[in-house]
Parts: sequence; C-alpha cells; structure tokens
Amino acid sequence: MSILIDRNSRLLVQGITGHDGLFHTQQMFEYGTNIVAGVTPGKGGEWVLDKIPVFDSVKVAVEATGADTSIIFVPARFAADAMFEAADAGIPLIVCITEGVPVQDMMRVRDYLDQKEVRLVGPNCPGLLTPGECKVGIIPGNISIPGRVGVVSRSGTLTYEVLYALKEVGMGVSTCVGIGGDPINGTNFIDCLRLFNQDPQTDKVVMIGEIGGTDEEKAAEYILDFMTKPVVSFVAGQTAPPGKRMGHAGAIIEGGSGTAVEKIKALQDAGVRVARHPEEIPELLM
Amino acid sequence: MKLHEYQSKQIFAKYGIPIPKGRVAATEDEAKQIAKELGSRVVIKSQVLVGGRGKAGGIRLAKTPDEAADLAGQILAMEIKGLPVRKVLVDEAAAIESEIYLGITNDRGARKPVMMASSAGGVEIEEVARLTPEKIIKVHIDPLLGLRDYQSRDIAAGIDLPRDHWRTFGLIARGLWQAYIDCDATLAEINPLVITGDNKLLAVDGKMLIDDNALYRQQALSEMRDLDVEAPSEIEARRYGLSFIKLDGNIGCMVNGAGLAMTTMDLIKLFGGSPANFLDIGGGASSEKVAAALRIILTDPNVKAVMYNIFGGITRGDEVARGILAALAEVKTNVPMVIRLVGTNAEEGRRMLADAEMVTAETLADAAQKAVALATGG
Repeated sequence: MSILIDRNSRLLVQGITGHDGLFHTQQMFEYGTNIVAGVTPGKGGEWVLDKIPVFDSVKVAVEATGADTSIIFVPARFAADAMFEAADAGIPLIVCITEGVPVQDMMRVRDYLDQKEVRLVGPNCPGLLTPGECKVGIIPGNISIPGRVGVVSRSGTLTYEVLYALKEVGMGVSTCVGIGGDPINGTNFIDCLRLFNQDPQTDKVVMIGEIGGTDEEKAAEYILDFMTKPVVSFVAGQTAPPGKRMGHAGAIIEGGSGTAVEKIKALQDAGVRVARHPEEIPELLM
Repeated sequence: MKLHEYQSKQIFAKYGIPIPKGRVAATEDEAKQIAKELGSRVVIKSQVLVGGRGKAGGIRLAKTPDEAADLAGQILAMEIKGLPVRKVLVDEAAAIESEIYLGITNDRGARKPVMMASSAGGVEIEEVARLTPEKIIKVHIDPLLGLRDYQSRDIAAGIDLPRDHWRTFGLIARGLWQAYIDCDATLAEINPLVITGDNKLLAVDGKMLIDDNALYRQQALSEMRDLDVEAPSEIEARRYGLSFIKLDGNIGCMVNGAGLAMTTMDLIKLFGGSPANFLDIGGGASSEKVAAALRIILTDPNVKAVMYNIFGGITRGDEVARGILAALAEVKTNVPMVIRLVGTNAEEGRRMLADAEMVTAETLADAAQKAVALATGG
C-alpha cells in the first residue's frame, strides 16, 4: 500500500525527448517505474531507451498503452497545454514538474481539471516517490527506503534533505509527495494528509511547509479536527526578510498571515511537533 | 514586476478606463510645459515603486505652471524610501466628491481571480480591510468564463454606487479585468476611482503587478521594468535566470531550490551567522549559470565565506562542479568555501572538486556550522 502511485501505475512521459525529460525517464526507468509511453509532438514512432514508444499526442498514447498517470517535463510556455491535453485524454493523475508556469495559466488549468475531476500534483514540484516500487518525478531514488512514514512537501530539494535525513537513521517512507510551491497548484497538504490518514501502510506523517499563503494554517486546522496519526513539521523561511508586498489587494487577501512564526504557532497549537531544522525531524518522529 | 502609476494608467486608458489628462516629466521645464498645456491646477506625483508617496511629500498640488515647475524640481530631487525620483506625473487635478477602491488580484486560497471594491477607497483602504472588512465587496471570477456583467452590477450595488454610474462602472470593471488578463497581471488596482465634482468616474491612481513567469509573452511590458528598485547584483542575476536577493550578512550562499535556500539561511542564523544573500540557482542549472552565480556572490565585499548546498535532483552535481571550477579559474579569490554536494551525480561532482581547496561537509547542519566558523575567522 501507498498513496497515489505504486508498482501498477502505468506512466506516460510528456516531453520525453527533451533534455530533462530524457534524463529523468532513464532515472525513473532504472528505478523500476512502469513507463509505458512517451509523447513528443512530431516524434511519434520513435523509441526511447529502445523500449518506450513515443507518440505524437497523449490521446493516441493512452489508446495504445492504457497509461493512467502522466508526468510533464515540457517547457513552461507549453505546460498549460500539456496539462489540458492529458486531462482531455482521460488521464486521472497528472504530475507537472515544470517550473515557471504563469499563474493565470494555472488558474485556468486548475478550474478545468477540477471540473473533470482530474488530480494534479504540481507544477514546479519534484513529483512522487513510493520507495522500492515507483518513482514519478525527479526525487533521487537512492535517498529513501521503503517504510511507514508519509512525507508531503511544498518544497523540492528540501524534501530530498528530509528523505535523506530519515534514511540516515534507517527510517523508511510509504510515499513522498512533492506538491510544489507555486501560488496555484493542484493537490494540497490537506489532500495528502487525508490520503495518508487512510493509508494502512502510513503510521506517521512529515509535512514540510514554507512561508507564503495560508496552506499550512489550513492544514493545521485539518490535523486538529481529523488526523489520527502523529504529524511532524518543518517550515522553511523562518529568517527570510519580509517579502515584497503585493500592494493593497494582496494585503487584503493574505491578511496578516503567511509568516513562518504564524504557521509554526498554528501547527504547534494543533499538536504538531515542529523541527528547528530538517535534520531534527527523525528525532521528533521517534 | 511592478509598473509605475503612469504606466499602469496608460494601460488602463487603452482599455477605456477614464484617467486624468496628463503626462510624465523628467525635468522642471517639462513639468511646467505640461501644466501650461493643461491650463488648470495640476497634481505633481513622484513615480517611484514604493507606497506612502503622499506622506513622504512626493505628491503635491500646483496652482500655476511656475508652481508646477518649482514643486516638480523639489520632488525630482527627492529620494523616497531609498529610491531616487527620476520622473513625475503631471496630471490635471480632479475635484473629488468621493473615493472608491476597485482592484483585481489572484486569490490563492480560492485559486481564482477576485475583484474587490469598496466605497471607502483611498490611502486608508488597508485599515478599512482590517477594521471593517464588511465594507469590502469581493466577487470571485471564473477564470474560464471571465468577468460577467451581472457581477459588475452586483459590485456596484454592493458598494452603494448611485445607479446613474452603474453603466460606466461596468465598462471600467470590464476594462480592468481585460487589462489584468491581457497583461498577465497578478494585481490591477484603481485606488482611488473617484466620483468627480461634475459627477464623472475617473481613475486617479493605478497600480499593476505583472507575473514574472509570463514576461516571455509580455515583451512590451518587460521593457518597462524600472531597474532602480533592484540591487545591481539582482539585475545581473536575473540575466542568468537566477533568483537572487541581496542581504546584509557575510556568508554567501549558493543553493538549488527556494525552500532549501531559505532553510540554509535559517540554519546559518541558527548557528550564529548571517547570510549575505538568498540564491536559488533553480532546477537543472547549467555550469554557466553556476559560474555566474559565484561571480555575483563574490562581487559583494562583505562576503567572508561561501557555502554551497546542492542537493541534486534535476540539478546534476557534475554540472555544478564544472560551473564552480570555471568561475574559480576566472575569479581569483581567497574567500574560504564550504561545499555540501548530495544527490544526482554528486560523487562525480565531488571527484571533480577534489583538487579545489574547499571544506567539505556531510550534513546541512555541519555545513552551516563550518561556514559560520570560517566567516568569523575560526
């Protein structure tokens, strides 16, 4: 058991022949991920790693291979279209690694995907890892081992830091979900906490937040009301200088919230143990 | 990216939003000339990208062209919150009956744009939001449908706007929405939108923020960028696609990933040091980018130590090592360095750097402690 992905996931790679797409396809393949297809418009009929067929469109790829999960590596200016295409082809889980997607594109994508009940992870995220079974993303495979800790994070490389620290003390992970740090993204903390709460293979959860927005505060409310498993957290940006203000409207929307201090307090009030730095997390889980 | 008031208002005007007659001036003579052409009382408004211009004395009323020249001269000699005033906007002064706030921004929580309005517009709008939030009407806009006319009417009714203004208000709201969409704005704001003495609506002040991620398709807007608001090192960093913010400490940081970069700063502070910068080299950085990053860090004379914290995922350790070596070959430096390299191709990277004189560290805490010790001469 795990959440969202496992060894039965049938993965399609959008942007498979690009620089990053190709490199990470190889890494995912070597990890044992069941990659069934790739898509690069104009390169249909080619093969990647001699084993993975490339198609011109997601629709054709899904019809030919039964892919049920898509990972996107295309450049930012094409990313929104890639997400729409995957959703229209009937893919139920889309993972978008691409960083720098314009925020208005993401509002339209999210609106459309919600209507189709398609789950999105990302964009601007490291993807997912179910150690020992399946890797859909760019998290280095050798920094985590199978186990019973669920990890959800808004950050990329900071997530690796935490996985690595857990592995160093022999702690394994059920699934790690990097949800990405963009203002508008798909799956959020609460979605993942709910899934981990229901997952029989997950005993404890690590939640990595950062400054900005109010997702950590909302997650704290959820933890207080519904979470039956212990949660340990870290919030990055405790010493970051105050960001550039977003004018009057931004201040009105964000209210006074968004700082690390407020997030840490909300989490502690919900019974979450908050680490001072990422390498302290394993101790707090023991 | 922030736009100046005059730039925002010029965009608004293109979308049919009524703005005061006026032009921007860089000298006293230009200001005088504009005031003469307008033939009325004028407002001289400093064009700097900070709030509180009025309170700082950067917005003044002039009755005659000579007074306009005089005040423009004074304002152009000012610095407001550290930013030099290079231009003033000379606008026809409006007789103000009442002030409305009208703005659109992205509501992260709702994942939709939200249009907001209040009959209590003006400089105190944030206080209004804090103390009497019920005086602010908020309407979420479906990003696929756009602003609908009924929504503008609901907003007009919600702020008790007299009915004879509803039609014009609807056109202004639609213009603002279209400007927000077409410019990839994250904020488009009219504050105040005034009802004038002759009972017309007029956008007296405007502000826009543009999504940096969308500048590739906003060529005309990206050329409007005011470089004064950024440190030279930040401008240089952007040229290479690096996310860099200069700080006051003495430990230069090079990290991949914003979250890890912030965490690295947190740890340096936790162990008693002080970071000289925030620097995220981004995902999949090339060696050229890494070399540029190191050059930028080393131009800061305060930097007494450099800490690299690279956890490879999409970024490869060997690429980072290549960039560091390239930069070190070019910039001779005695600044001590601590490196922590983990993840994708880290071993290869470490092998390449074996001959460079650097302190190595295994853990993040270890690296931060060593960097703090080096910076304090320990």
